Amino acid sequence: MPAKTIRSIFALVIALTLLSGGRVVCSASPPPQSPSTDDCLACHSDKTLTTKRSNRTVSLFVDGKKFSSSVHGSLSCTSCHADLEGKDLPHSTPLARVECGTCHSDEQKQHSHSLHGRAIARGDTLAPHCVDCHGNHDIVPVKDPRSAVAPLKVPFVCGRCHQEGTPVQTNRQIDQHNILENYSESIHGEALLKKGLTVAANCVSCHTPHNILPHTDPNSSINRRNIAATCTKCHGEIEEVHRKTIRGELWEKEAHVLPACVDCHQPHKVRNVYYAQGMADADCMRCHANEHLKAADGRSMFVSAAEIAGSRHSHPRTQAVPVSCSQCHSEVNVSRVRPCETITHTVDCSKCHEDQGQQYQRSKHGQLLAAKDPNAPSCKDCHGTHRILDKRDPESRTFATRVPELCGNCHREGQKAAVRYVGTQHEIIQHYQESIHGKGLLKSGLTVTATCTNCHTAHMVLPKTDPQSTVNPKNVPATCGACHHGIEEQFEQSVHSRLVTKTDKDLPVCNDCHSAHTIRRTDETGFMLDIMDKCGRCHQEIAKTYFDTYHGKVSRLGYTKTAKCYDCHGAHDILPVADPRSHLSRANVVATCQKCHATATRRFAGYLTHATHHDPKKYPFLFWTFWGMTTLLVSTFVIGGMHTLLWLPRALEMRRDLKAEEAREETARSNGAGTAGKATAEEDHRAD
Amino acid sequence: MPTDLDLQTAALRSPGQLEPEGKRPEREFVRFTRLQRALHACMIVSFLSLATTGLTLKFSYTGWAAMVSRFLGGFQVAGFIHRTAALLMFGVFITHLYNLVQLKKREHKSWRALLLGPDTMLFTRQDLRQFLATMKWFIGMGPRPQYGRWTYWEKFDYFAVFWGIAVIGSTGLTLWFPIFFTRFLPGSFINIATVIHSDEALLATGFIFTVHFFNTHLRPEKFPMDTTIFTGHMPLAELKRDKPLEYEALVASGRLQEHLEEPQPEIVVRTIRAFAWIALSIGFSIVVWIIYAMLFAYK
Repeated sequence: MPAKTIRSIFALVIALTLLSGGRVVCSASPPPQSPSTDDCLACHSDKTLTTKRSNRTVSLFVDGKKFSSSVHGSLSCTSCHADLEGKDLPHSTPLARVECGTCHSDEQKQHSHSLHGRAIARGDTLAPHCVDCHGNHDIVPVKDPRSAVAPLKVPFVCGRCHQEGTPVQTNRQIDQHNILENYSESIHGEALLKKGLTVAANCVSCHTPHNILPHTDPNSSINRRNIAATCTKCHGEIEEVHRKTIRGELWEKEAHVLPACVDCHQPHKVRNVYYAQGMADADCMRCHANEHLKAADGRSMFVSAAEIAGSRHSHPRTQAVPVSCSQCHSEVNVSRVRPCETITHTVDCSKCHEDQGQQYQRSKHGQLLAAKDPNAPSCKDCHGTHRILDKRDPESRTFATRVPELCGNCHREGQKAAVRYVGTQHEIIQHYQESIHGKGLLKSGLTVTATCTNCHTAHMVLPKTDPQSTVNPKNVPATCGACHHGIEEQFEQSVHSRLVTKTDKDLPVCNDCHSAHTIRRTDETGFMLDIMDKCGRCHQEIAKTYFDTYHGKVSRLGYTKTAKCYDCHGAHDILPVADPRSHLSRANVVATCQKCHATATRRFAGYLTHATHHDPKKYPFLFWTFWGMTTLLVSTFVIGGMHTLLWLPRALEMRRDLKAEEAREETARSNGAGTAGKATAEEDHRAD
Repeated sequence: MPTDLDLQTAALRSPGQLEPEGKRPEREFVRFTRLQRALHACMIVSFLSLATTGLTLKFSYTGWAAMVSRFLGGFQVAGFIHRTAALLMFGVFITHLYNLVQLKKREHKSWRALLLGPDTMLFTRQDLRQFLATMKWFIGMGPRPQYGRWTYWEKFDYFAVFWGIAVIGSTGLTLWFPIFFTRFLPGSFINIATVIHSDEALLATGFIFTVHFFNTHLRPEKFPMDTTIFTGHMPLAELKRDKPLEYEALVASGRLQEHLEEPQPEIVVRTIRAFAWIALSIGFSIVVWIIYAMLFAYK
């Protein structure tokens, strides 16, 4: 079998090349062609064959049996020891290093770019070559338990260099320590080494076999950006277990905002009891439990463990597994003495609360933050930091009864939000507190009453001009309808609804009549009277004519007993009179009048509730009656007035005469009764 | 006899003036009966009530209206007052008509004698003559006419009330009982009734509180008021000056003494003056309110 022979010779040569650093002495004469495996083994099957290399004696023995049963057993020695091709035996030493990459080009390429490969290129003598891990002539398939790189052996293969006390661990900059020990005690290590689960992650599962890169390298399998992909190779859909909000997206898209697996499940130390022990939090609290801890700018960096324990994020009632510090304060690096020194971003709540985060970014608050406005509120301005409580918890900053105050911190008159605001709403908080909603919430303690966030939303607060705003006129009915659903249903059937009336003009929505922050009980006098002016804002003419009638005049005086707009037209279910469903349709109008005028008849309903004497076309009889009366009035006054005015000078004259006469009489009386006759005569004369 | 009377008239020009002890006050001419005075007083109460309450509605757009309405106890109380006063007014009207019937039975043989006699309230040819003479006097083309018991402007006032009660009363009843009236009238008659009621009332109040007030009270020679309608008494000198025809007729018939009475007691006169002052003040206030509402606040 010449082929087999040749392969044997090759194998021998390879072995020789690998094992001999120095000159090989061989008695066999060199054949003219490339040496066969057998040729090689002729020398290298000698167990005593050695050579000196760097003052060390190295065996050049090649086990022919093992070689022939190895994955490379069918190859000849010169397939790998290519520099022996066509050479005479015994060959000169040392042989060139075997290039595995001749066949394993991909692996070779990865390796040469890897940490190990680059170290070799630098001439680092500690850097591993292929053989350091894979062995040489006895390489068997990875799945073979005898393989040097079989899963069970990998930790030890790597551990040869990466364990405490080795030159690599001592002399090279390796962040991790006690790698092998930690691994062997980790959940992965236990599974692999104690339970023999060969599928359990070993070193190469995470670091890859050949493409080993530092975690700072963006292409590294253990780079923050890639770590999730690496872990999910085994832990498929682990994100579903962790947070439904992550949806597997953010780990890839926004790796910087998310804690990577290793932030919590520390590499090499991954324990299945990790959280219960709260190790990472304890690490943080080593420093942050100190009440006097201050940041460079003077802020207290003290963190109260009690606050956290009671918070929404830790309390056993709300959180099965407490959220650890590093889940929010991501980018920590546990290998540092101060793991937090690598943190570059502030806490981003949206990594878990993704929907809220997106809404916030869309909101006015978020827009201001994006524009780097110093007044922009972020999550913590409303929710607080470590003591975040469920909004249903009465202690929570966002508990319904506290919301007005919370928003008031900025939106109260004179505060920063109110100062920059240029719209028409003022004294918002005070008005709200006096409104029906405010009274319901704050005085009656009805926590279901609408507060700021019910109308404006909690996270997507937008000015009403924004079409997406919940308080945009287009959306107001739905916003109010969230609680007042029955009203919304009626309203949407009415002539005021955009669903019914298609027009370019502004149609009224809830707040046009009920107002926004000053909303009142509808059975209060003030509201009932104001509503007519509200209708009159659009229905100017008809409102004016209403005030010409008895109903309107009494309303104008400030009494609510007479019919107001909505008593006849309906409130939310207003329809054109021509619509049979209208309260004022021919079929319904008498019943509508009977609400107040119990015995009203159809003819009585013919009373013109909006009649005016100013419209000769629409109400000619009223117009002419009015002008007839006015003519009568004016002419009477003109005649009476003229008569009076003309009389006045004469009357004054008479008064003067009378006074003069009185004076004379006075004189006469003082002079004696004898002159009385004279006075009388004078008076007679004047009367003529 | 006239001389004697004249002597005493001069001493009695000021009714409030205290007479020297022991001296009997001069007797006065009785122009109005007790019933007529009572009716006029009722009419004043009724008319002022109607005007005040009614105008709160007519001028509901003024702040005054709301204030007055609230002062009265709200629009419903105001409405109650208005209707009660209207009943009083109807009562006055009916009593007066009844009194006319009685008068006819007592003093006249027939309606003809009552209506066409010398003291008739109806307009006569003499009234036209006196009116024209008055116009001449006004423009300085003649002397003051010799008026009789009822001058033409007094007759006008008298019939204005007749007209007013008919027009305002009928439309008022329509507004009071709209359901009853719409059994045989169309609904829009309520609207017409509103316009007529309101404008006629404006005419009535406006006329009474300006022209009537001037003619009877504010005329310089009577200023500030003429209490004859309240006391029923008129100083004889005033009768002689103002109603010379009547005076002369009485003197001629020799029945003047029958029409003379002791003056009202001081306390009665004082009370009457207080009442009249209140009525006048309310009337003037209403005039001011009307002018303000019509000229400065009209909507």
